[in-house]
Amino acid sequence: MKYVDEFRDPEQAKKILKEIDKLCSEIELKEDRPIQIMEVCGGHTHSIFRYGLNQLLPKKLEFVHGPGCPVCVLPRSVVDNCILIAKHDDVIFTTFGDAMRVPGSSQSLLDIKAEGSDIRMVYSPLDALTIAQKNPDKRVVFFGLGFETTMPSTALSLMQAKKQGVENFYLFCNHITIIPTIKAVLDSPGMRIDGFLGPGHVSLIIGTKPYDFIADDYHKPLVAAGFEPLDILQSVWMILKQLKNGEAIIENQYSRLVHEEGNASALAPIQEVFELREFFEWRGLGSINHSGVKVNDKYKEFDAEVEFDLKEVTVTDPDVCQCGEVLKGVLKPWQCKVFGKECTPEKPLGALMVSTEGACSAQYSYGLNIDLITKK
Amino acid sequence: MNKKYKDKKITMAHGSGGKASSDLITDIFVNTFNNDYLATMEDQARFDMPAGQLALTTDSYVVSPIFFKGGDIGKLAITGTVNDLAMSGAKPLYLTCGLILEEGFPIETLDRIIKSMQKTAEEAGVKVVCGDTKVVEKGSADQIFINTAGVGVIAEGVDIHSYSAKLGDKIIVNGYIGDHGATIMQSRAELAISADIDSDCQVLNHLVQKILSVSDNIHSLRDATRGGVATVLNEIANDSKVMITIVEDTLPVRVPTRGVCEILGLDPLYLANEGTLVCVVAAEDADLVLKTMRQTKEGENACIIGEVTDGPEGIVALTTLFGGTKIIDKLIGDQLPRIC
Repeated sequence: MKYVDEFRDPEQAKKILKEIDKLCSEIELKEDRPIQIMEVCGGHTHSIFRYGLNQLLPKKLEFVHGPGCPVCVLPRSVVDNCILIAKHDDVIFTTFGDAMRVPGSSQSLLDIKAEGSDIRMVYSPLDALTIAQKNPDKRVVFFGLGFETTMPSTALSLMQAKKQGVENFYLFCNHITIIPTIKAVLDSPGMRIDGFLGPGHVSLIIGTKPYDFIADDYHKPLVAAGFEPLDILQSVWMILKQLKNGEAIIENQYSRLVHEEGNASALAPIQEVFELREFFEWRGLGSINHSGVKVNDKYKEFDAEVEFDLKEVTVTDPDVCQCGEVLKGVLKPWQCKVFGKECTPEKPLGALMVSTEGACSAQYSYGLNIDLITKK
Repeated sequence: MNKKYKDKKITMAHGSGGKASSDLITDIFVNTFNNDYLATMEDQARFDMPAGQLALTTDSYVVSPIFFKGGDIGKLAITGTVNDLAMSGAKPLYLTCGLILEEGFPIETLDRIIKSMQKTAEEAGVKVVCGDTKVVEKGSADQIFINTAGVGVIAEGVDIHSYSAKLGDKIIVNGYIGDHGATIMQSRAELAISADIDSDCQVLNHLVQKILSVSDNIHSLRDATRGGVATVLNEIANDSKVMITIVEDTLPVRVPTRGVCEILGLDPLYLANEGTLVCVVAAEDADLVLKTMRQTKEGENACIIGEVTDGPEGIVALTTLFGGTKIIDKLIGDQLPRIC
């Protein structure tokens, strides 16, 4: 398939892997531990497992699966609020598919759909807007989530709703921002990350400049990376090269899409519709200042938090969950006490087990028995 | 179709057992399925069975949309049950047809579906010999649900089970995987994507009889319907207590199906098929079975995708394009599309 197979060419991969091996052998290990590269984005986690890249890399190098799976970091209180909204008889609640299984305090959206709530899966907030236009006697709520990647389309749908005078469309806004999150990871005690694979599609929107502090203040390399296997391998190679040369700069591997300045026409609607929240509660990571956005006053009539008078409630994660440690790279998924026991993709306790982009779910589905086979 | 049904809709009267019911049964079902067993209009069909072990199966069909590229719910209701019988090596003979219709369903559409059932039954060489029709109030069902049960006979010496796969056996599929699932996904109105894919919906009993005629060493056969090839392989690995390894770059996936999967974040290995089987055959007969399959219309794109390997029981592994290994696990819940 054109524009896909070129980026999955096994021969090219072998060449890069050889170079990675060589570079790795030339880097001196600190503190007798492997070189740790965090892939911030869940899309990268998915690709790494899907292509088995983690097994092809030298033992001296390991991936730490970062906090960039928006579904995984949804706190239970947000899911509880979704359920509160969706249980209204006159509400059609619309959401992206993989948010449906995320557990709240006692139920998920899938559970209450089975009980009769009108919950519909959409691929775009504009589809939700269309549903609102077709059902004028219902209140249609779109559950907006994701990083900067999905913010522009949410913002555009509100702008369009305003322009067209749609009065029954609401946004339950849980969009989050990447920069404070990376900063929280960098500031967390016991942080051991040597370099970052930057989230490609977030970078497409915000550009690479906002990452400068990672190099300037924390002296860590970051490479904005694409999602195909060759993209990821090349980006790893670029990080290793920096590490070997003792450099820490922000580089862009995904230059076919990502520009230093970002995408102005995607950033404009974000500016128009959203404002930063003082803080946002993350599952596993706790509260992070300025890490989420909400609907601003200009668009207040579309804000589901206002319409449904939602209270900010904090629901702590189950005590046994160690999602936070896994998110920060301190623990590997299988080192969590409940991984594969109380917490499985079938009955997830922690959010990392919910989405296929979640580190634990990916590890469980693709890697649980892998040692058994590869050691054979 | 009888002109009196033009623009008419199913009403509760059609399920009441009165005149409207019996007219509908005669005009739509008996005339179309057109066989002596059904024509007696008794409460049961009576027939003699040839010697051999009987195979019996039942399945319900609730697909939405009811018409899709490459098929419709009627075709599906025949292929699904015929194929379930065929996977035991049985020759399918007789089918039943139970319908649940939503009040307001257009009778012309029903007629189209029943004609499609009969066409497919003829292709398979089976007869629909009895049936039942119920009508439920508007909103109590989604247009039309069909149940078919089928009976077939297994020839002596044929012994095919999902627990019979053995070390060294080869895994063959008869064609491209995931086409049905991708067709259904892209034809759902809420997903504004379009790709040039047809469902693989087809009967497989003739193909099965052909390969049985050339090999006594076919160990397992499964049609890879819901949950796709991945799920069927997991069931065979579990039941046979073996490990199965498949090779990514041998998997036959059409470019448009790959495209739909790339866009929606799905894996073709888990997409439903309605005319695709997984055949586990002893290594020494694999090439012959492959060649025989390729001589048929249903199997012209057949290929070997892997083998039963030495390793932990119940595990299905995939060798990736890059030589990595990953586990192909059972599907948990539905495949839910990813956000970004």
